[in-house]
Amino acid sequence: MFIKQISIFVENKPGRLSAVTKLLGENDIDIRALSVADTKDFGILRIIVNKPDKACEVLKKDDCTVSLTNVIAIGINDKPGGLASAMECLYAANISVEYMYAFISKSDSLAAVILRVDNNDKAAEALKENGFKILTSQEVYDI
Amino acid sequence: MAKYWNESIECMSREDMKKLQDERLVAQVKHVWDNVPYYRKKMEEKGVTPEDIKSTADLHKLPFLTKADLRDAYPYGLLAKPLSDCVRIQSTSGTTGKRVVAFYTQHDIDLWEDCCARAIVAAGGTNEDVCQVCYGYGLFTGGPGLNGGSHKVGCLTLPMSSGNTERQIQFMIDLQSTILCCTPSYAAYIGETLHEMGYTTDDIKLKAGIFGAEPWTEEMRREIEKSLGIKAYDIYGLTETSGPGVSFECSEQTGMHINEDHFIAEIIDPDTGEVLPEGSKGELVFTSITKEAFPLLRYRTRDICVLTREKCSCGRTLVKMSKPLGRSDDMLIIRGVNVFPSQIETVLIEHGYAPNYQIEVDRVNNTDTLDVNVEMTEAQFSDTIKDIQQKEQELVEAMKTMLGINPKVHLVSPKTIARSEGKAVRVIDKRKLHD
Repeated sequence: MFIKQISIFVENKPGRLSAVTKLLGENDIDIRALSVADTKDFGILRIIVNKPDKACEVLKKDDCTVSLTNVIAIGINDKPGGLASAMECLYAANISVEYMYAFISKSDSLAAVILRVDNNDKAAEALKENGFKILTSQEVYDI
Repeated sequence: MAKYWNESIECMSREDMKKLQDERLVAQVKHVWDNVPYYRKKMEEKGVTPEDIKSTADLHKLPFLTKADLRDAYPYGLLAKPLSDCVRIQSTSGTTGKRVVAFYTQHDIDLWEDCCARAIVAAGGTNEDVCQVCYGYGLFTGGPGLNGGSHKVGCLTLPMSSGNTERQIQFMIDLQSTILCCTPSYAAYIGETLHEMGYTTDDIKLKAGIFGAEPWTEEMRREIEKSLGIKAYDIYGLTETSGPGVSFECSEQTGMHINEDHFIAEIIDPDTGEVLPEGSKGELVFTSITKEAFPLLRYRTRDICVLTREKCSCGRTLVKMSKPLGRSDDMLIIRGVNVFPSQIETVLIEHGYAPNYQIEVDRVNNTDTLDVNVEMTEAQFSDTIKDIQQKEQELVEAMKTMLGINPKVHLVSPKTIARSEGKAVRVIDKRKLHD
């Protein structure tokens, strides 16, 4: 039900993002979604990829600091108010969103949102009860 | 106006001073032998007894004391008087193991303050002066030492301590301070703030400053002299020997006169421990010959400098030491605070970071900056900025507690800081502290 997100520590230094993404490309790893959070000194590159375990392995081998986090991916209607209803559902269930990011699917009616919340199980339950579609890893990669 | 606080001592002939030092050294060695088992053992190991020390010519026979001894003997191991005779401690910042705690009898305090009084008079101070002391008060020796010296001279003393710069300037203007005592970087900062507040040197009555506790350059001296309209005097000391006033500058401004009636100075080769001839550059070693409670014999300061006995235009015959030209260990002096890289390493390990780090010290607008580059580890990493920053903040707080100053921490990629193969470059000091 949950999907694996890889977070990578990226020092604010020219060439770091380039090096990391190049490494993934060379190892035939496809990035499906990404977000970058940044501070003055460093950033966190968060990615959803087709082969998370392999990605972790090659990154660690290259001395990157990585962590794996379970996140929730949901499909929402790609129309005004689509995201708002999902947020409302989480708010009603008293769930905090640490961060989220979205990507567009190949089908034009569905947008996918990656959610990092304080309680995955509770969030998934609430979303399901309210009719949101929780995407599996396979669905995310195929979307 | 008196030129000297104690003319008979400060202008004593070399022969008389040597006689005085000989007498005091012999008595001091006996006092230590009788009362400090820790040092007595060191002497016994070297096969030296008090009978072997008949004059300063025998000084080289005595074993050295180092900071490591202070650590081993902490807290009471080097005490030579019962605690009932002690009235005060002073201490350096830093942690257990690196912290120095020195004890004073009332007599020790009197002599220390007397040394500071000499420095104030050498800077032109009299009982007509208003002496503003903005060294830190408390455990740090700067505030209490100059405060005591100022009292002895009879100056109106303003015990400001450091910080709250606008208030410092308000007092300086309202109470017409004539002498300023603080670290040179704080003096520079007071000067800047004064001008930023829209005042000029016409608004203040300062004539002299007595600045110490950290290294500073001739260039910085000229800047401070210009911005505050004063003559700036250097002062030197260390908690181990008493505090500021071990040596002080006179109007010639070409080095600091050592109060030789209290401290015998030697210059040694830091590698071999061999005493070097006069005029050589080497590590400064002090022997306290009048201190009662905490009398360190042959204490290695780790400061590298040169001693000269050239005739001084001020008339003092006391030997002069150059500004410290460097250190023979890795201690850094940052904003007047003694910092050892190993202290930073300890905090990193305690907080689960790799012991690979790099310290960058710089001086920006006359204020020292301390930046610590730390490698990110998996244990400290998280997918949220909040978690990482919280851990980073904990690290900064722990370093601040350990060091007494606030560092800036920068998290960098793993394995990007050079590993210790032989001598790792742990410290990059960008300050130009020595001319």
